[in-house]
This record gives sequence, C-alpha cells and structure tokens, in this order.
Amino acid sequence: MEPIRLPKKYCLKGARLIDPVQGLDKAGDLVIENGVITEIGSDLSAPVCWDMQGAIICPGFFDLHVHLREPGFEDAETIRTGQEAAAAGGFTGMACMPNTEPTLDQAGVVRWVIQQADGFPVAVHPVAAVTKGRKGEELTEMVELRETGAVGFSDDGSPTANPEIMRRALEYSLLVKAPIISHAEDLDLSRDGAMHESETSTRLGLPGIPRISEDIATIRDIMLAEYTGGHLHLAHLSTEGALRAFEEAVKRGVRVTAEVTPHHLLLSDKAVEGYDTDTKMKPPLREESDRMALMESLKAKSIQAIATDHAPHTFESKVVPYDEAAFGVVGLETAVGLIWDRCVDQGVMEPADIVSIFSQGPRQVVGLSVPAIKAGAPMELTIFHPEESWQVKTEEFYSKSINSPFKGWELKGRPWGILKDTHWAGRVEPDFK
Amino acid sequence: MTPERVKGQELSSRHLLGLEGMPGEEISHILDTADALKEILDRPIKKVPTLRGVTVVNLFFEPSTRTRLSFELAEKRLSADLMNFSKTGSSVSKGETLLDTAQNIEAMRIDVVVVRHQCPGVPGFLADRLNSVIINAGDGAHEHPTQALLDMLTLRQKFGDIKGLKVAIVGDIAHSRVALSNIYGLKALGAEVMLCGPPTLMPRGAESLPIKVCHDIDEAISWADALNVLRLQLERQKSGFLPSLREYHMTFGITMKRLEKAAEMPLIMHPGPMNRGVEIESAVADSGHSVVLDQVTNGVAVRMAVLVLLSAPEVKLT
Repeated sequence: MEPIRLPKKYCLKGARLIDPVQGLDKAGDLVIENGVITEIGSDLSAPVCWDMQGAIICPGFFDLHVHLREPGFEDAETIRTGQEAAAAGGFTGMACMPNTEPTLDQAGVVRWVIQQADGFPVAVHPVAAVTKGRKGEELTEMVELRETGAVGFSDDGSPTANPEIMRRALEYSLLVKAPIISHAEDLDLSRDGAMHESETSTRLGLPGIPRISEDIATIRDIMLAEYTGGHLHLAHLSTEGALRAFEEAVKRGVRVTAEVTPHHLLLSDKAVEGYDTDTKMKPPLREESDRMALMESLKAKSIQAIATDHAPHTFESKVVPYDEAAFGVVGLETAVGLIWDRCVDQGVMEPADIVSIFSQGPRQVVGLSVPAIKAGAPMELTIFHPEESWQVKTEEFYSKSINSPFKGWELKGRPWGILKDTHWAGRVEPDFK
Repeated sequence: MTPERVKGQELSSRHLLGLEGMPGEEISHILDTADALKEILDRPIKKVPTLRGVTVVNLFFEPSTRTRLSFELAEKRLSADLMNFSKTGSSVSKGETLLDTAQNIEAMRIDVVVVRHQCPGVPGFLADRLNSVIINAGDGAHEHPTQALLDMLTLRQKFGDIKGLKVAIVGDIAHSRVALSNIYGLKALGAEVMLCGPPTLMPRGAESLPIKVCHDIDEAISWADALNVLRLQLERQKSGFLPSLREYHMTFGITMKRLEKAAEMPLIMHPGPMNRGVEIESAVADSGHSVVLDQVTNGVAVRMAVLVLLSAPEVKLT
C-alpha cells in the first residue's frame, strides 16, 4: 500500500461527521487545505471533491495495543506492514509493545522504531519495557525513554512478576507521567495452560489457564497502584473478576485505566472447539458470562479503550497442534468492522461512543492529544462506511500474518482508510472529481 | 459366530477421533463386531484376509507399548500391511513439523493412520489435512476411544448389558484421556458414571458433565458395579498435585481390605500399565475380581473391529 498525496485543496462531500468531543454528529461536508480543516458545513465546494456516499468521517482511531514484531520477527510483521494494516483498518495511530528482539528497553531502539515508522501516515508510538530485557529485574531508563518518545511502559507478553519491581515501576513512573501497562497474569497459576480453564478445556483435553491467574494479578497491581499513586493501565482485561476489581478501584479513586479486545468482547471459550489455533491467545477466550460482563462495561462506559492486541504470527507457528501453537491473533483490520457490526447494529453502543472509545479514550490513557473535526485542526481522520457489507478474508489482509479468529465472518461497516496531514492511506483509492 | 456380512451399519464418521457424540447404536455395533472377530484370536491360524492390500501406519509420537502392540496385532490378524513410526529416531526429532510428517505419509498412499500424540486435537488436525482414515490411539488428555471401547466390551461380557450399570472411574481424572472416552461411551450406552479421586486431580467443570463426582473411595466402591482404576503418573507428586504416593495409596489405593468392606465386590479394571502398590494393590490386581488381562485380549478384538469397519474395502467378515 502506497500513501497517496492529496490535492492542495479539496472537499469531502456527503459524509456523516462525528466528533463526540465537539458534540458533532451530522451530515455534512469538509473542506481541507494544506492538511488543515478549513470549513465544516453543507453544500461546500472546492476545486476537487470526493463523494463520501454517506461514509462516517471522525477523529482518527488509535490502537493502544499492537505488536509490530520489528525488530526481530520480521517474518510475522514489519513496522511498515503493520502500518498498512492499521490504515486499512481505519487507525491513524497506534502504540506498539516492546517484546521485540532486541527489546524496546533503550532509547536507541525506541528511536529506531520511531524513525522506521516515519514516512507512512500511521503514527507509531512505542511502549518501552518496564524492566531491562523484560526480565523483571531492573527498571529501564524511563526518563530517557519517555523523552525519546515512549508513551508507556510494559513488559507485555509477560507480567512483571515481582511485586517489589512493579511497586518501584509505578513509583518511578510518577517522574515521567506515563502509565505502567500491566499484562496481568500469574504465571504460576497459568502453568502450561493453552486455553481458558473451564468445562470446555476439560472436554477438549487442553491444559487450562484459570481465571484466577488474571484476577489475582489484576488485584495485586491495583493495590500497588493505590499504594504508590502511579498510573496503572490494565491491558487486554478479560475476566469478570478483573473487571469488577477495576470498576471498584476506579470508584475508590485509584489511577487505573483499562482496555478490552474485540476478541474477548465477541468470542468465548466455545470458539476453541475444533482446535483452531487462531483462537489461542493470552489472556485466553473466557466464558460467556465474562464476555457479557465486558459488553455491559462498554454500555456503562467504564472501559477507556478497545485495543486489538494485534499479535501477528507466521504460518509455521500456528499450523501445529493447539498445545504447541503461539499465543496471539491479528486484529487491526477487523476491529472497527466487528465492533460496528456487533455493538452499534445491535444496540450496545451509540455511534458516537464507538468513535470515542477508538479515538479519545485510548489517547487519553497515554496522554496524546486527540484529533478533532473543527476549523483549523490538523487533519487526522478515519473514514469508514457503516453500510458496507463484507466478509473477513485473510487473503486480503495487509498484515503479513493471517491468524484471525474472525475469518469468514460477515460484517456490516468497513473502514475505507485514513486521512493524515497531506496524505491518504487505505484500502480504497480516493475518488476526486 | 462369523456373520457373513454386517448390513447397512456403516459408522457415521469415516474416522475414529473420539467417542464424543457417537450414538449408542454405533458403539454397540463396534462391540458386536469385536465380539464376532474375537473368535479369530483363538483359531490355530490366527489370520483372516479382510484387510489384504490395506496399508496402515502406526504413528506414535508418544511412548506406548500396550496400545501400539495391540494395534499391530490387530492389523496383522487382518492381513493389513503395516508400518511403525515412533518419535524417537524419526524426522520429528530432527525438527520436522507434524504437518510435514503427515504430508509425507500421505504421499506414500497410506490408507489408515493410527495416531498417538501428546497434544489434544492432533487426530482431528490430521483428519482435516489427509485423505487417509484416522484412528485416534490417544491424544493428550482428550480421548482414547479404543481403550474405552475395550473397557465397554469387557463390561458387556461380564454383565451382559451396560444399560443401568454403575461404573466408577478412579484416580487422576484431570490428566486422563481414558476417563473422557469412557464417560461418553458409557453414557451413550445408558450406564451411570462416577468419578472418584482427589480434588487436585479432578478436571475443572467436571460437575457439569453428566456424572457423579466423589472424593471418598469407600463410597465409590460400595456404589459401583465396576471400578476402572486409572494409572497414576508418578510425576504428579513432583508437580504438586499430591503430597506423596504413599498418601495417595492410603486414600485412593484399591486394596483387598477396602473391597471386602463392600456388600458386593465390584469388578476391577485397569487400562495399564499398573503401578502396583500405588493405585492398586497386587492382591487386587491378581485376584479373580480383576479383568485386566481380559481387557488386553479385548483390546485386540476392538481394534480389529474398528479397522474393519473403517477401512475394509468391503465390509465382509469371513
């Protein structure tokens, strides 16, 4: 996918403009000049116009949790292919996790990632490791990493197992005003589990990862955040128990935020029947009751972000017995369509709430400014068509990997791409007349 | 008892991946076929030409003596051509993937693959990718259908009918493929099933299966018509599931003293290999109540039946 340079001045016509921060939700046109929104209204014109045919234009979406695999695992994904997948999926920015090789634990590597991402319209904001080598022993140089551009700190992929280290990380993070992002898992309880421990794991004969592995680690980290005053962000929250602990902590005034993934919102452990290794990830797909609780939290707006935990893996690491398959699924290119189809169409969320949870919510977690639809604002917009019906076909993915549990799903609502400053990147070609 | 032809009773699946969902009539049909074939094992010339020209590979990724020998014998009795593949010394140890191994075997035009693997779901993985008939010889803690079939054949021979029979499965249920296959098969044939073992070795969600769960071995003994005593993997102690084998024997070991307390002694089964003095006392294993060796004989018959029903060019028993 090549980014396309946009005309100097143009008009996007016949769109539905949604920006919850501005209280905007109406049919209208936008005029953009030199990458800045200049006019918002109806019946606007410019030298060239693109008919949006009722597509939604909204502030650019942000994915708070992706694995771009570069450096080190370029067979599964590169920064560029990840950016292309993001653009196709409607994201103008994303935060990438540090479990690369080498790990993002030094300023030089973080700087390299940022430079590598430069030149494509999707912004890449690295999350640096909490501990050197993600070994859980010594803190990284958070101040320098933050100055270099890291937006948060996480040992994601693994928990920060030692509570003393986690305590110091939360304390030290007060210096840098960035969250500690917790992969909440007690590895002793997870053991060699391959899926959620339940009646289903028993029937499939697969070793289980019990829910208490996440519940206990979540509660521990919340208590450490409460004690230290540090900002804790809970990655890929998946159990009802962790959700309750989170909601209660928020009520008590603890500085804690959380994200959920589309797969935990839309799939349960029953999806593992048939041993499709594209249903294997951490945390594992939980039970229907957990899924319903997460859905309710969207309704109640207690969760800040929907993040994909986009985790590309090669064919070789997935076409193996379930037990031996790698953990993780891709998500950048399906998230918006899935959430629109299953949440808005089915009345769980309002369109404005979706825009909010994909644009404003995740950026606030990591302290980034939120793009806006208003005159004078630099252009950073997502375009998706709410009526476009499509089927998830992994062969159409821009990602290098195809490990999606949603292959074959029929969805309504699909991103076209993104507008960022002076460029367009996306699945469809701009149609200026 | 040599039926000329088994009429119109093809199995609904072309593979035997497990007993989950298999209707009772099909299970009975396999057991009937096994009963009919068993006679061959007592002939002076123990061989029939039923599977002549059929090639079977025994693909064993996990050490197994009993099951592999039993399959091998069944294949030989039926005149199949057979090959053995075991993980040690094979290309797997040189890093070949399961997919490549399977595709290579397929390229050799194999009709039947008998597979044992430590990962649950591997037989289904092969069934999705190969044209051969797949027979599950045990996949992780998932299923071991031919073991359950031979257990049921043994029960049927001893009790006449399985319907209404009370069977207790004792021991390490959580890590057992034998337990799950037995539960499915016995329930399909109308038996009542109880699981008995320490809570640490009970699988999560066992209560939601259509069975009773109990932690008192004396209760299980007095309830059951038959006990299926599972092998206790000796490494369970090291992994923290049990304080000691000694205490396991004290709490769940099947001893004569325990059995004698029951009003009626239950039949004793064991899938083997036994840890004498751990889950079962020698006096019990070698007693008249034990049908452990009948199980072994029945194992050959059941595997012959499965091979015939799934892979005979024409289902004709002679």
